[in-house]
Amino acid sequence: MHKLLTEQPGEKMILLGNEAIARGAVEAGVAFATTYPGTPSSEISLNLFQMSQESDLYFEYGTNEKVALEVAAGAANSGLRTMCMMKHVGLNVAADPLMTLAYVGVTGGMVILTADDPFMFSSQNEQDNRYYGKLSGLPVLEPSSVEEAKNMIVYAFDLSEKLQKPVIFRTTTRINHSTAVVTLGETKPRVTKGDFTKDPFHYVTVPAVSRGLHVTLLEKMAEAEKIAETCEYNFINGEGNWGIICNGVSYNYAVDAIKELDISDKAKILRIGFSFPMPKALITDFLKGCEKVLVIEEGEPFMEEAVKAFAQDAGLTISIKGKDDELFSRLYEFNPAMVRERIAKYFGAAYTPAVVPDLSDVPEIPQRPPNLCAGCSHRATFYAVKKAAEGMDTICPTDIGCYTLGFMPPLSMGDFVICMGSSVSTSCGFSKATDKKVISFIGDSTFFHSGITGLVNAVFNNHNFTLVILDNSITAMTGHQPNPGVNMDYFNLSGYGQVSIEELVKSLGVKHVTTVKPYRVKKSIAAIKEALDYQGVSVVISQEMCTLYAKSLKKLKARPFYVSDKCKNHRDCINEIACPAFYLEDEKVKIDPVSCVGCMVCAQICPENAILPLKSE
Amino acid sequence: MDITRLIIVAVGGQGNLLASRVLAEAALLSDVPVRMSEIHGMAQRGGVVESAIVFGDAESTIISDGEADLLVGFEPSETLRALNKANSKTTVITNLSPLPPFTVAIGKGVYPDLNELQDLIRAKASKLIAFDAVALAKDAGNVLAVNMVLVGALIQTGILPLTVENVKETIRTKTKKAFTDMNLKAFDLGFSAAERA
Repeated sequence: MHKLLTEQPGEKMILLGNEAIARGAVEAGVAFATTYPGTPSSEISLNLFQMSQESDLYFEYGTNEKVALEVAAGAANSGLRTMCMMKHVGLNVAADPLMTLAYVGVTGGMVILTADDPFMFSSQNEQDNRYYGKLSGLPVLEPSSVEEAKNMIVYAFDLSEKLQKPVIFRTTTRINHSTAVVTLGETKPRVTKGDFTKDPFHYVTVPAVSRGLHVTLLEKMAEAEKIAETCEYNFINGEGNWGIICNGVSYNYAVDAIKELDISDKAKILRIGFSFPMPKALITDFLKGCEKVLVIEEGEPFMEEAVKAFAQDAGLTISIKGKDDELFSRLYEFNPAMVRERIAKYFGAAYTPAVVPDLSDVPEIPQRPPNLCAGCSHRATFYAVKKAAEGMDTICPTDIGCYTLGFMPPLSMGDFVICMGSSVSTSCGFSKATDKKVISFIGDSTFFHSGITGLVNAVFNNHNFTLVILDNSITAMTGHQPNPGVNMDYFNLSGYGQVSIEELVKSLGVKHVTTVKPYRVKKSIAAIKEALDYQGVSVVISQEMCTLYAKSLKKLKARPFYVSDKCKNHRDCINEIACPAFYLEDEKVKIDPVSCVGCMVCAQICPENAILPLKSE
Repeated sequence: MDITRLIIVAVGGQGNLLASRVLAEAALLSDVPVRMSEIHGMAQRGGVVESAIVFGDAESTIISDGEADLLVGFEPSETLRALNKANSKTTVITNLSPLPPFTVAIGKGVYPDLNELQDLIRAKASKLIAFDAVALAKDAGNVLAVNMVLVGALIQTGILPLTVENVKETIRTKTKKAFTDMNLKAFDLGFSAAERA
């Protein structure tokens, strides 16, 4: 049995934040869950996916976050407890349904989880999604710890049902990917079948209906604010007239700092866990008991702006600071020492800074950037495209996935990326606005997510570029989740459909469509060359299963190669394809037999044919 | 309860997440408060994986520069790179078997000299325990046991509030049955190596 399905209230478990959140959903009786995978949220859905295979919990991977949220909206308006999770930028994709679902509301409890990523450990921006609460009018909850995250999820479902509105649950990477001891609670029974009651003058959001719904939304916001005033997740710790207002992980750093600075008789903390609508009366009361206040929050001055506005309304003139050149930045994540130092500085507390070693005499350590895996088919595709495009002046928009790493030298394939699906649509712009040859890259999952609409646009507006779809038959980057092109037999699951990318692309009206096997180097180069020469939209589908995934399915038996005596040290292998299985020993290229999977790409480009299968040695 | 802060750095695939998990489970078994944080976004793609583990009465799950009591590096150049987490009172443990990053192969960097690397660490930390953990893992039966070798070494220092028995019990109950004997042997080999250091 999946460990998160355990019926042992009181049992203590070491859980990853994302496991604790999934457990919280189970304890809340979640019956229906949807997602599009995205770090740092992915393990929540992975655990729910696994649990759905041994319980009556329904789970699905959606084609993108908008779809996932709309699927969830249907279930939640049939009365089911529903959860939809995504990374922070995913909520941008789902923003359209979010804004009007806020008007319509839900009948079953619905939690929309957004995993923000301060410092951008694995994201393209560090937007602060608390603003989606303010924008949509929906309540926002934010835990400070792994244990609290589990309990707060249960509260979020109850709150949602009480208000009949979805609740936004905002985490940050240091909640999702922290681990702590969690005490299991009781699990509510799942209600897996619901019903939808027709009420078109509530559910069909034509202007006349929405005008009424907006009134209701404002009433619900007022009701939510009242609840926030007394909510157990907004609480005050300690005594004194130095006030600290904080949220999320900043709370942990503040608590540790107060202890280490030994100022517990002087400083008190207001921890905000229900952060939209902000509890005005609670905050105003807190301010009245303070001589000065520091707001500690990663990201934007979301609370700070509200706190300052409340102080103005109450005629309070005490110093309230947060984001400030001397104090906290909007950039990146905070850490305990930083928070300790800023608290000491702002309130004038005695402070001994940590002594960081002087590392000025440490020689430069070679960088260890993430790299495409040994034998990764993306590398083979990039090499083939590079060869096919030799002599052409190119622009290569790329997209979001493992293959984004192709922008690194020596492949250097990737010139522009902003968001999921943007490779295709930005190609339309680049090819019209310049005279260069535009070649763009997108993965299979990203193509389904939001590449298709761009391609339809390209066909309709008669653009001129080549799109290379890197089809490795899995959503690899986020940990091998399925997508609509995946054969679900690999997951030992039946009852799924499967969409053929080639048939789909042809049906969109693309006239030049080729499928290549990237490990066949010469054939691939020739086919890609033809596609590049085509005037109009051409699509190359480069098909080879992700090596990591193929290994895990035991579909790939590594047959390592080695560099024989015939090697004359041209180093085309290292200089042009740079597979991490290569290393140098005494100035000669060697292949690590443990890493090499035997894709044979290097063997095909070696001018001396010096790279040979190891077993024939 | 006093706070002890441990940083473990490794290269993707060296098994430091399992090592951290074992330490956290052992803390749970010992009734020691524990919190940890991991950065493992690109672990499978050859990047650096860092775990921060905080034992005792702290709320934070991350460790600031200069504040680790114990720094364990599964790869020598990564130990050196993480030295900003240490201070003059820190004990540093490092494996001495290098995994040069690919940037070295393509001429974009020079791998540090291992003797110089150890001298640098010794000059900045209170103590360095350095040995070839990969060789000991092979002695235990598999290079993959390098994580348990280093767990053995870090328990030997006595800096963490965990007993040998509780860590071994965790290895027995929380790592794969087929590898238990090998993991325990690896633990013992790492423990003795740290005693000799």
